[in-house]
Amino acid sequence: MDTDRERHSARETAFYLFTQQSLPACKPVLTPGWVIAIFLFMGVIFIPVGLVTLRASHCVVEIVDRYDIDCVPESSRMDKVSYIRDDSIPKNCSRFMKVHKYMKAPIYIYYQLDNYYQNHRRYVKSRSDKQLLDGQKYHDTSSCQPVESNNNRPIVPCGLIAWSLFNDTFEFIREGAELKVNRKNIAWKSDRGHKFGKNVYPFNFQNGTLIGGGKLNPEIPLSDQEDLIVWMRTSALPSFRKLYGRIEEDLDVDDVVVVNLTNNYNTYSFGGKKKLVLSTSSWLGGKNDFLGHACVFVGCSSLTLAIIFMLLHVKYRR
Amino acid sequence: MAAASSRKRKGKIRWSKLYSFAACFRPLTSEERPAARELIGRPGFSRVVFCNEPHLHKRKPYKYPYNYISTTKYNVLTFLPRALFEQFRRVANFYFLLAAIFSLFSLAPFSRASLIAPLVFVVGISMLKEAVEDWHRFLQDLDVNNRTVKTHISNGVFVDKLWKELRVGDVVKVNKGEYFPSDLLLLSSSYEDGVCYVETMNLDGETNLKIKRCLEASLCLNEDEEFSKFKATVHCEDPNPNLYTFVGNIEFEKESYPLSPSQLLLRDSKLRNTDYIYGVVIFSGHDTKAVRNSTRSPSKRSWIERKMDHIIYILFSMLVLVSLVSSFGSLLYLRQDMVDWWYLQLPDDNKVNDLDDSNSEKYDDRFFNPSKPVQSAGLQFIRALILYGYLIPISLYVSIEVVKVLQTMLINKDIELYDDVTCKSVQARTSNLNEELGQVEMILSDKTGTLTCNQMEFRKCSIAGLSYGGDITEVDLAASMRMNTDFEPFEFSIDETDGATRSFEPFEFSVSSFSAQNGNARLTQTEGPVIKGFNFRDDRLTNKNWIHGSNLFDITMFFRVMALCHTGIPLEDDNHKTDKLSYEAESPEEVSFLIASQEFGFQFCRRTQSLMVLKEFDPSSMKEVEREYKLLNLLEFSSSRKRMSVIVSNEDGQIFLLCKGADSIIFDRLADNGKAYEQATTMHLSSYAEDGLRTLAFAFRTIEAAEYESWNTIFTQAKATIGPEREELLEQASEMIEKDLILLGVVAVEDKLQKGVPECIDKLAQAGLKIWLLTGDKRETAINIGFACSLLRQDMKQFHLSLSRDAESNNQVKDMKEDILQQIESSYKMVCEERNKEAPFGLVIDGKALEIALRGDVKNEFLQLAVNCASVICCRVSPKQKALITRLVKQYTGKTTLAIGDGANDVGMIQEADIGVGISGMEGMQAVMASDLSLPQFRFLERLLIVHGHWCYQRISKMNVAFGLTLFYYELYTSFSGEVLYDDWYMTMFNVMLTSLPVIALGVLEQDVSSDICLQFPALYQQGPRNVHFSWSRIIGWILNGVVSSLVIFLANIYILSPTAMRENGFVADIDSLGAITYTCIIWTVNCQIALITSHFTWIQHLSIWGSILLWYIFLLVYDALPPNFSGNAFQVLVEGIGSAPLYWMITVLVVVVSLLPYFIHIVIQRSYFPMDDHIIQEMEQCYKKYDVRDNEMWVREQRNSQRSTRIGFSARVDAKILSFNQQLQQKKLSIYRSVTNSPIYRSITASPFS
Repeated sequence: MDTDRERHSARETAFYLFTQQSLPACKPVLTPGWVIAIFLFMGVIFIPVGLVTLRASHCVVEIVDRYDIDCVPESSRMDKVSYIRDDSIPKNCSRFMKVHKYMKAPIYIYYQLDNYYQNHRRYVKSRSDKQLLDGQKYHDTSSCQPVESNNNRPIVPCGLIAWSLFNDTFEFIREGAELKVNRKNIAWKSDRGHKFGKNVYPFNFQNGTLIGGGKLNPEIPLSDQEDLIVWMRTSALPSFRKLYGRIEEDLDVDDVVVVNLTNNYNTYSFGGKKKLVLSTSSWLGGKNDFLGHACVFVGCSSLTLAIIFMLLHVKYRR
Repeated sequence: MAAASSRKRKGKIRWSKLYSFAACFRPLTSEERPAARELIGRPGFSRVVFCNEPHLHKRKPYKYPYNYISTTKYNVLTFLPRALFEQFRRVANFYFLLAAIFSLFSLAPFSRASLIAPLVFVVGISMLKEAVEDWHRFLQDLDVNNRTVKTHISNGVFVDKLWKELRVGDVVKVNKGEYFPSDLLLLSSSYEDGVCYVETMNLDGETNLKIKRCLEASLCLNEDEEFSKFKATVHCEDPNPNLYTFVGNIEFEKESYPLSPSQLLLRDSKLRNTDYIYGVVIFSGHDTKAVRNSTRSPSKRSWIERKMDHIIYILFSMLVLVSLVSSFGSLLYLRQDMVDWWYLQLPDDNKVNDLDDSNSEKYDDRFFNPSKPVQSAGLQFIRALILYGYLIPISLYVSIEVVKVLQTMLINKDIELYDDVTCKSVQARTSNLNEELGQVEMILSDKTGTLTCNQMEFRKCSIAGLSYGGDITEVDLAASMRMNTDFEPFEFSIDETDGATRSFEPFEFSVSSFSAQNGNARLTQTEGPVIKGFNFRDDRLTNKNWIHGSNLFDITMFFRVMALCHTGIPLEDDNHKTDKLSYEAESPEEVSFLIASQEFGFQFCRRTQSLMVLKEFDPSSMKEVEREYKLLNLLEFSSSRKRMSVIVSNEDGQIFLLCKGADSIIFDRLADNGKAYEQATTMHLSSYAEDGLRTLAFAFRTIEAAEYESWNTIFTQAKATIGPEREELLEQASEMIEKDLILLGVVAVEDKLQKGVPECIDKLAQAGLKIWLLTGDKRETAINIGFACSLLRQDMKQFHLSLSRDAESNNQVKDMKEDILQQIESSYKMVCEERNKEAPFGLVIDGKALEIALRGDVKNEFLQLAVNCASVICCRVSPKQKALITRLVKQYTGKTTLAIGDGANDVGMIQEADIGVGISGMEGMQAVMASDLSLPQFRFLERLLIVHGHWCYQRISKMNVAFGLTLFYYELYTSFSGEVLYDDWYMTMFNVMLTSLPVIALGVLEQDVSSDICLQFPALYQQGPRNVHFSWSRIIGWILNGVVSSLVIFLANIYILSPTAMRENGFVADIDSLGAITYTCIIWTVNCQIALITSHFTWIQHLSIWGSILLWYIFLLVYDALPPNFSGNAFQVLVEGIGSAPLYWMITVLVVVVSLLPYFIHIVIQRSYFPMDDHIIQEMEQCYKKYDVRDNEMWVREQRNSQRSTRIGFSARVDAKILSFNQQLQQKKLSIYRSVTNSPIYRSITASPFS
């Protein structure tokens, strides 16, 4: 007996305990008390958080204007596709946006496309990150199919994504004066710095028989083509917004902003929508009530459950 | 040198003279001889062995294998193909192989590395495990193969040679205590008459020694030198597995002699009581009968693993379904909308002509070819199969392998399963079957070496109608103890009523004094020096106290029978420190008698040809005197006679016949004046038998000289007869003299059980396990052990199935079948009739009957009967039959079986059972080598099954579901194009690191309840056989839970993140951010889910669960800091993209809580309102920690309730005893009650309205 104990104490190391499966352990057991406490706690946490979130969302002012149909002249509405494909027709269009609530700078300008599958596998894969960084030094553009070369010369930037670059432009005028739109820093800094080459210039771009979207100024290196960089961050869902720029002046209530836009981008052939969005932002980002509602809902359900279990516990005491 | 040789010669004389009494050598009967001779040379009997000329066997046609054996599954060449085949028999592995092959083409949505790497990893690990296990087997083989044996090389020189290098034809010399390296033909032995004693326990489980005898022609070959010129040719049968036949002849010095099994020494048996033998190798290596009898170790797969295949099938069909939906969707889109998506540059049917010819030719994206939408959809289908492949958890197998290896390690390390005596611990030899240990429903056990130590102990005796050695058993003790506790409330209630208590007192007293006395008896038992084979404490007999006994003559005669009626010899002990001798005899029983008689003062000193010398303690002179007894005849023991006698004459010329034998045999032959003690002795006998002691009755008679003379002539005549009638004549002669006996008493020896066996069996019975005993030993022994292990007890209805004499003698299969069928049917009828009475049944069946009963048309009836009996004992079964029974039981009941044994005769059974357990404590490694698990002792089975089995089962099932859950998160996809939301490396990381660690920790360390609680509530074990944790409803529940969780995660993320900005600086979530965020949610959910499942948190669990979550962030941090060449789109995703967005962190919290809520509510409701056994016990355990309630009433009550009413085992016996006590009590109470109710006081009380 004694020797047994000695051996025990000698080996009483962590490893011994581990191999004997007798490591000190906490064994939480879900007693009714704990359950009720947990549900109460969840209720107490989630309801306030949800309310705060909702408040943040409500502070965000957002103006959305769908312009894709209205910007097509009445005469062409029957055949919007041929209208948009006809380069000879000027595509200018003016929209009026009324500010219904004071908007504090910076005001973010987004264009929103609906029913546009930027996440299609064929589309997403059709790019070459290496080429974007190294330009023509990188020769293998096979991943860019079907837009990898033209006239036996490589396209920079190659691939469907770049080829279908969004090319509507927007000008904002308030009370006759043009609003200053900052179009710098709309892309991720890391993208500009590390993924798009500073010495890579567009080459042989949009020179083929099929012209997709926007053209690029061959004088400007890719790292400064922020529209392209934003566009190349493909969206996850078929309905998405992309940042166009920032208005760095406050907008007052009842201000009317005149938007002069060129309606170049073809969404008509596949029935997509184009919208222009002006939005301020809060610490949580844009206007989205879902999170707040969800939090409040979860909190309330937890409280309800806590009460139900409390009643059950009182009624069927073990 | 001279001394040694002289001793050798002495040995020879001694044994050979003894042998001359025993007529064990049975000459071949006349029918057999010509038949055998005719067979030689025919197909099946074509083997030719040139003795002492092994070089002749190097070339064809006499080339036979070396004596090398291998029990490994693979060899260097076959390992790769066979192990690969084993691996790809698993559905999931095969699927991943296909996926990996597809990944070589452009079909796969993932990169090649991310598909091939895990496959290689998984298969590699599993194969490595197989290889390691096989390596161990190889090492064990090596150990056996490298044993040495003295082998003749030339000119009479014998050198050590490795077993594996032995060849057929080699002459070997085997020394005492060594195993035979292969099947040998016995040429000669150290005894002059060429006999040797062989222990065949490893082959057939029989413990007694067998005598083998060489041919007279080869007797002269008993010196090394004789072999320089020895040459002979053996023609014999081809290798076969039949242990009991051997046909052949030997040509030696131009004469041909027939050979019989008694010249054949089988591999795996052992030379005993013989200094050395010479033999010639007849069969070697894989040709030996022992090896032929063994079956190749099959690859066993546990039940859960097989069930997992079914789950994989379900998942696979889900996968196909999802893929079908996906490709169908793709088809629809491709037909209708996709052509309009100009940004995809799909060639429109109408516009194809507009494109350049080169362009249209170049067009090779077959997945989206609008002109061939069906083909594209087909390709999409294949791609989807691979894409959603994460539905099938490849790493599940890896994790399970890892977990099992670790579990095995923990089992092996358990100090509670360590045997101090043999310094061995449990060795789980394959890790495949850990969780199966938790599901065993039937245990098939060997007897010798497994339940018993193969050691006899003298325990009790009844001399002249008085029982010595204590008559209160542990069962009585336990029963009275329990009764006392039960009495307390009872007593109390009586106290209240009236003065009747007083009348109870005597009975109470009797019970308590009974237990007290018993306690003392137990105490005294533990005192004093331990003498091996002698476990007897009774002051009336020991220390020569018997001289004060009343029947002094009977007592001395009793001791004389004990000291004279045997075949043993004293061993010469070189160091004569004590005057105690040790003995050797054919059976361990006799040894224990000799030791006992020595203890009582009748020391058997030596034996010569015709003399037996005893040192007797003479009660009249109070001195030790040496007396010589002339040994006149010895009527040897045989299984049909069941008795043995010696006829001796003492110094006064009086002739005694001393007889010992089975009680029924002796009682039949008593003289009228010899029955004085019959009644008392019978009572003692039954109580000894109840305790599982083996009993022998002792009797004697005096013979007049004249009678002896006349009888002796008949007897010598009978002995001289040669031919088949010899046995019969001898038996008749014996019968003539063995009559009119005077009963002296009985002795009871214990076939000593291994430590803790009854307790272990009791616990196992409480855990709801059935135990069958399969033994090669004879029926009486088996039944004794059945009693000793509490598998049988007196009030149990026993069925004995055996062939009736008529049927057996006819030897007609049809008759025998009918005979057995009839017995089975009548027994079964009885079982059906009495099933409601809760009376347990025991079934005892012997080998011959079993052979019939296991035939095709009878076996169902037999198994039906057997399954309905509480315990089944099969005796005299061959190794093959053991395996057959195991297989049939497995097939018939569909239950998980565990076979446990220690010898080579158990190998078949061990391999056939779902789990084979070998006992490693004894010698002989065959069983261990064939087993899946080896234990040093039987008793460890208790902890192994009830604790480790239960845990492993819990763990494996829990971890499976945890994994099953995670699969469904991958259904998140975008449109039907087959784009992946997550980075390839996330996916790889997911299984390899992020979720496998906590799952492994769960699988290795989870404990629903602690080990001592497991042992206290063996009923918890039933969760395994009933399969509570791994039922289909549970699995489907988990799958649904997974679907719900994945929906929550996906929808919440989409609604929260899209389409508005996710950060203050107006950035919008792109595909990569969404992927990373969703992934974070998954990691959290999975790990928290595991935390919810876990009920036992050690720091390892904490570390693995929370560490995995942390690891994900660290991984992300590192990964997105890598240059974009490596990290691709994930570059800076955490640092610049999502990390600084409060939304990200809030989403994580919300989504995790919501996705776990359904499961949480489920377990809360289950625990609170539909608790399972383990839940209750967990809660009680916690209460216990707080308030120390172990002594609490509730604890005891729960514990009692959890013990199922068992039909076998110690507790059951105690219960039965209590029942009988209670009946006695009831009767007493009734009589008291009557007396009370009849009393006037009682009447007045009942009449009073205030009572």
